[in-house]
Amino acid sequence: MKSKAKKDKFFRRFTRVAESNLIIIMVALIFSLWVLNDKFLSFNNITNLLRQTAIIGVLAVGMTFVILSGGIDLSVGSVLAFSSILASKLMVAGLPVWASITLALIAGAIIGAFMGIIIHKGKVPAFIATLGGMTIVRGLVMLMCGAQKIMGLPEAIGDFAVNRYLGIPAMVYVWFLTIFIGWFISKYTVFGRNMYAIGSNTEAARLSGVKIGINICGIYGFSALMSSVAGILMTARLGNGVPTAGQGYELDAIAAVVVGGGSLNGAVGSIPGTVLGTVIIASIRNGGTLLGINPFILDISVGSLIVIAVLFDQLRKNKTT
Amino acid sequence: MADTKNKFVHMENICKNFPSVKALEGINISFNTGEIHAIVGENGAGKSTLIKILMGVYPETSGEIFIEDEKVDISGPVVSRALGLSAVYQDVTIAGDLTVAENFFLGNIPKNKFGLVRWNYMYEVAQKALDALNIKVDAHSLVKNLPVAKQAMVVIAKKNFDKCRLMIFDEPTALLANEEVEELFKIIRQLKNEGAAIVYISHRLEEIFELCDVVTVLKDGKWIDTLPVADTTEDELIGKMVGRTIEDMYSINHTKPGEKVLEVKGLTKTGKFEDVSFELHKGEILGFFGLVGSGRTEIMRAIFGADRYDSGEVVVEGKKASIKNPPDAIHLGLGFLPEDRKTQGLTLKMSVKENINLASYPDISRFGLINLNQEQLNADEYVDKLRVVTPSVNQKVLNLSGGNQQKVVVSKWLCKDSSIFIFDEPTVGIDVGAKTEIYKLFQDLLEAGNAIILISSYLPEIMGIADKIVVISEGKNMQTVNRGEYNDEELLKLASGIK
Repeated sequence: MKSKAKKDKFFRRFTRVAESNLIIIMVALIFSLWVLNDKFLSFNNITNLLRQTAIIGVLAVGMTFVILSGGIDLSVGSVLAFSSILASKLMVAGLPVWASITLALIAGAIIGAFMGIIIHKGKVPAFIATLGGMTIVRGLVMLMCGAQKIMGLPEAIGDFAVNRYLGIPAMVYVWFLTIFIGWFISKYTVFGRNMYAIGSNTEAARLSGVKIGINICGIYGFSALMSSVAGILMTARLGNGVPTAGQGYELDAIAAVVVGGGSLNGAVGSIPGTVLGTVIIASIRNGGTLLGINPFILDISVGSLIVIAVLFDQLRKNKTT
Repeated sequence: MADTKNKFVHMENICKNFPSVKALEGINISFNTGEIHAIVGENGAGKSTLIKILMGVYPETSGEIFIEDEKVDISGPVVSRALGLSAVYQDVTIAGDLTVAENFFLGNIPKNKFGLVRWNYMYEVAQKALDALNIKVDAHSLVKNLPVAKQAMVVIAKKNFDKCRLMIFDEPTALLANEEVEELFKIIRQLKNEGAAIVYISHRLEEIFELCDVVTVLKDGKWIDTLPVADTTEDELIGKMVGRTIEDMYSINHTKPGEKVLEVKGLTKTGKFEDVSFELHKGEILGFFGLVGSGRTEIMRAIFGADRYDSGEVVVEGKKASIKNPPDAIHLGLGFLPEDRKTQGLTLKMSVKENINLASYPDISRFGLINLNQEQLNADEYVDKLRVVTPSVNQKVLNLSGGNQQKVVVSKWLCKDSSIFIFDEPTVGIDVGAKTEIYKLFQDLLEAGNAIILISSYLPEIMGIADKIVVISEGKNMQTVNRGEYNDEELLKLASGIK
C-alpha cells in the first residue's frame, strides 16, 4: 500500500514536469530501437550519435533563446560558416589557436547583436532580418575565402574532433557545456526571465521596466555566439575551413526546438526540452540508419514528427481552453 | 406621420445575464423603417449588449425578436445578415488590400462562363452603388489608400448594396472630422428616406439632436424611456442617463491629502493632447474622466515614459523628472496598470510568481543572478496580502480570473515599492465582486501613503471614489473639479466638450 502511494506521488510529480511527454517518447523510441537492433545502445554507437549531434545541438541551444523570446534566427548556418572561415584564416595567418577561436567567437556574437539592433530599432521582423543576415553573411564568407576551402590548419584542430576524454568525444563536452550554460541562464538569471517575458508579451515587459533593446541584442548575440561555437566544432570535424558548411542547419535547429516543445509564439519551451528534441531527432536518424532504413523514409519520419509534435500541443491546448 | 412608418424589428422583453451580472433586464424596443432611432446611455448601460444580441453575436438569455411581426431566432451573425440586419462599427472591417469593388463582391465574386472574374461588371456595379449615395470614391481604388471617413462610407455603401434593411451605427463619428460627419449624416438621411431602419449609437448628444427622430435611454441594463427627439432636451437626456443613487460599493474613507508627489505642467503632444496640467497628492485618488478617445491613456503613457511627448514638464516629489522610458518612471516610484491587462499588463504565459517579480528582478539579483529565495518570498507575500486566488504561485496567470489577474498586476507594483499608481480602467470587464475588491485595494494603497491616478469612463465609479476629477475632452484639460463640487450632468457636459 505504502509503496503504491509513493509510486503515485512519483508519477504525479513526473507528469508535472513540462518535458514528461518528451521523456516518455524518447524512452519508448530508444527502447524500440534497442529491441530492433541491440547495437543501438552500444557505448560506441551512443558516443557516435552524440558526436554527430553536437553541432546541431549547440545551434539548438542558441535557437531556444531566440524562439523563447518570440523570434526566429535563420542566420545560424551562415554565422557557423563565418566563424569557421574566420578562425581558419587567422590560424593559417599564424595566430595562436586560442586567439583565433576567441576572435571568431566575438566576431560572430557581434553579427548577432547587430541583427538584434536591426530587429529592435528598425522594427524589422526577425524572420526578415535574419533571412537577410543569412544571405549577407554567406556572401561575406564566400568573399573572405574566394569560395575556396581553407586548408593547412594546425593539427590540434583536427585532433580535437577525434579526441576522447574518459571515452567521450571532446565535441560532446562542448555541447554539454553549452547546454549547461543555456539552462543556467534561462533558469537563474534576470536575462533569462526577460527572455520569457519578451516572448510572452513584449509590451507588458516594456511597461514593467524591462529594457527590450539590450535584451534582444543579447538574445541574438547569444544565438550567434552558439553558431560560432558550432562553427569551430565544424572546422574541427572537417579539418578545414569550409565556406559552404552549415547550409540548412537553421531548419534542423528550429526543428529540434519545436520537437522539444518550443512554441514559435514565444515563452513556451526550455533548454531541457530542446535537448530532448535534439536527441529524439538524432536517434531516429541514427537508429534508422543502423536498421538500414531508406534515408528518404527517415526524412519523412522526422518531418512528420515535427508536425505531430505541434499538432499534439495544439490539441492539448484546445482541450484546456 | 408616425402611423405611416412600419415597425420593422421588435425586441420584446429581452434579458441577458452574464456570469454574476445582469446586462439587460426586460428591454422592449422597436425599430421602424424610415426612422433614425438613437440609443443613449453610459458605458455599461447595455447598448452594445443589445446590439450584439440583435446581430446574433450573443444569444439572449430570454425574450423574443420579431421582424415584420414574425418571430425570428437569430442564432448567429450569418442569420442576422440573411435577415437584412447589419452593423457598422467604428473600427472599419473591410479588406484594406483589395479594391472597393472587390470588397463589394467579397465572398460572391461574379464569374463568367469560363470561371474567370468579371472585372468590368464588378467595377461598373460597384461604382453605380457608390454614385447612388453620392459617395465620391473610385471603385478601382484600394481601400487602405482611402481616408478613414471614405472607408466608413464604402462600408455603408456595401451594406446598402447588400440590401440591408436595418443598419446599426455604433459611434460612427468617433474618428471623423466635422465636415466628414456632415457628409456621413447626408448618407444616413438618404438611407432613411429610401426606407431603411437606422439605429444610431453615439456619446455625442448634439449629433442625436441633429440627426435622429427617436431616442431610447438605457441605464444599468434597464429601459428608461423612449421619446421623440423633438420633445426633449440635452439636459433631460443626461438626467435620464445618470439619474441614479450611488451605491455603498464606492465608499472609500477619504483622508486629508498629504504633500504633493506628482505635478504635471503643460504636457503637450501634437495631435494627441494639449497643455495638460494637474497635481497629485499623497493619500489622494485623482480621477481622469473623459470619453473614449479623449486622450486620457495617451497622457498617462507619456508621463510613464512609454510614449514620447513634445513639451511640458513632469515633477516628481518636488524634483523635475526626466523620464525617457518606463525604467526611469519606475525608478521614481511610478507604477502603470494599463487598460488592457492581457495585452499590456501581464505576461500571461508566465507564472504568478514571475509576474509579481517582473519589475523587481533588478532589485533581487546580483550580477544578473536571481535570488530565488527572495523571488519566492515576494510572490508568497503579495498573493497572501492581496488574497490572490490561485492554486500555487507557479500557476500561469493565463488561468486566473480577471479580478485575480488585476491583483497580480497590482502586486507587481507593490513588490517594486511603487508609490504612485496609475490605473487605466481597472474595473473594465470584471464582475461586481471583483470590483469591490479592487476598491478595497485602493483603500489599502491610500492608507499606506500612496497616491492613485484613476482613469475611468464609468461615471458612478469615478464620482464615487475620486477626490478630484480632471475632465479631459479631445486632449484638453477642461477643468479639475473637487469632490462634491460637481454633479454627473456637469461632468458629462464637460467631457462632451459642451461649456
